Amino acid sequence: MFPAAFDYIAPSALDEVLGLLNEHGDDAKVLAGGQSLIPLLKLRFAAPVVVIDIGGVDGLEGIRRENGHVRIGARTRHRDVESAVDLRGTLDVLLDAAPLISDPLIRNMGTVGGSICHADPAGDWGAVMLAVGAEFVVKSGSGERVLPAAGFFEGPFTTGLHANEVMTEIRIPVGAGRSGGTYLKLERKVGDFASVATAVHIVLGDDGRVATAGIGLCAVGAHSIKATAAEAALVGQEPTDAVIADAARLAGEAAEPKADIRGSAEYKRDVARVFVQRGLHTAVNRAQGAAA
Amino acid sequence: MKVTFEINGAEKSVDVEPRTLVVDLIRTKLGMTGTHIGCDTSNCGACTVLLDGRPVKSCTLLAPMLEGKKVTTVEGLATGGKLDAIQVGFHEEHGLQCGFCTPGMMLVGKALIEANPHPTEDEIRWGISGNICRCTGYMNIVKAIQHAAAANAAENTAGVA
Repeated sequence: MFPAAFDYIAPSALDEVLGLLNEHGDDAKVLAGGQSLIPLLKLRFAAPVVVIDIGGVDGLEGIRRENGHVRIGARTRHRDVESAVDLRGTLDVLLDAAPLISDPLIRNMGTVGGSICHADPAGDWGAVMLAVGAEFVVKSGSGERVLPAAGFFEGPFTTGLHANEVMTEIRIPVGAGRSGGTYLKLERKVGDFASVATAVHIVLGDDGRVATAGIGLCAVGAHSIKATAAEAALVGQEPTDAVIADAARLAGEAAEPKADIRGSAEYKRDVARVFVQRGLHTAVNRAQGAAA
Repeated sequence: MKVTFEINGAEKSVDVEPRTLVVDLIRTKLGMTGTHIGCDTSNCGACTVLLDGRPVKSCTLLAPMLEGKKVTTVEGLATGGKLDAIQVGFHEEHGLQCGFCTPGMMLVGKALIEANPHPTEDEIRWGISGNICRCTGYMNIVKAIQHAAAANAAENTAGVA
């Protein structure tokens, strides 16, 4: 297999990328790590006129803490999140999710921002970003927008990103309070897309009650789902077994799975419930064990 | 378009269509057929090469993405007729049957023990989880990588002494 012909441009500056996107709009596709785009090109599900490779643009990689946020350059590779061990205790869910994305070779190339913009309903980062309340910085020739993860995922492979925009950064708020989270993924074999996966991230207040809760569901709907009713059921509560079970039930109800070779809709919905329940227990234990 | 990169230590400058996949460039344009095409869908790892030292799937890379990079294929493992430790490991431990996955397995193994000189069995199995072997059941592949890690460790100790 090989892709349909396209023009390839590898700008060295972001301004140049934005100019090209302005010029070509929907005819252009941005290439970061290529681990989603290149398979689509090979299958000819995508046949852009122009491929804009942002691999040579400086300033799009790396993870750093700044002004109460963890800031992840959009072109940061999955592998580099996997090895960012200093996120343990702050953003457990990222560290737990990264090694479960595809396989080690794909993680060496694939990028966080690329995966988010690709918006596969079974993509892992979408659910994680919903759980941690991330914001996405996107740029175009006419300026910058900061889009909350909530609402960004509109449908299969469809997001709030405009055709003339490119994602440059992911910002995750990391405030005071003890936090914990985890990512649980059911896959048929190593490297497969999720049959079901769930991301949870909670912050406990000084009184031991849940200050904030984030729950993201992967592969159980047309896009990554934020389980808002389940989150609301946790906030302000003591994280007892009963409260967690109730939140998990609501998360299961938020899932909109379809039956396929990976399982029936009922099965997937129940896996989502069980994983959120297990995940919340892990998250609470981690938060309670964490230093304030 | 022209793409310039280093492969197994030699600089190459080739004219390619942008849509050329790296595995096709290596096999067809450069005539180096040690890099295999297995699934052609990013699943099997038979096409593994090292890109700036990290293993990647060359069926899922476009040729122009190589600009300015260093590529290592299985042909680049032996130096001056001397097998690399990873090749010796696969030979000694019989880490192959049909051999189709072997170039990819060796490159992944080499990158793994360079990053982590004393991997556990779990770490090795995790490291090769993007490469599929349909013959061996992986036992001897794991042993081969352990063999190479041990040989490297022994050589480093000898160097110090």
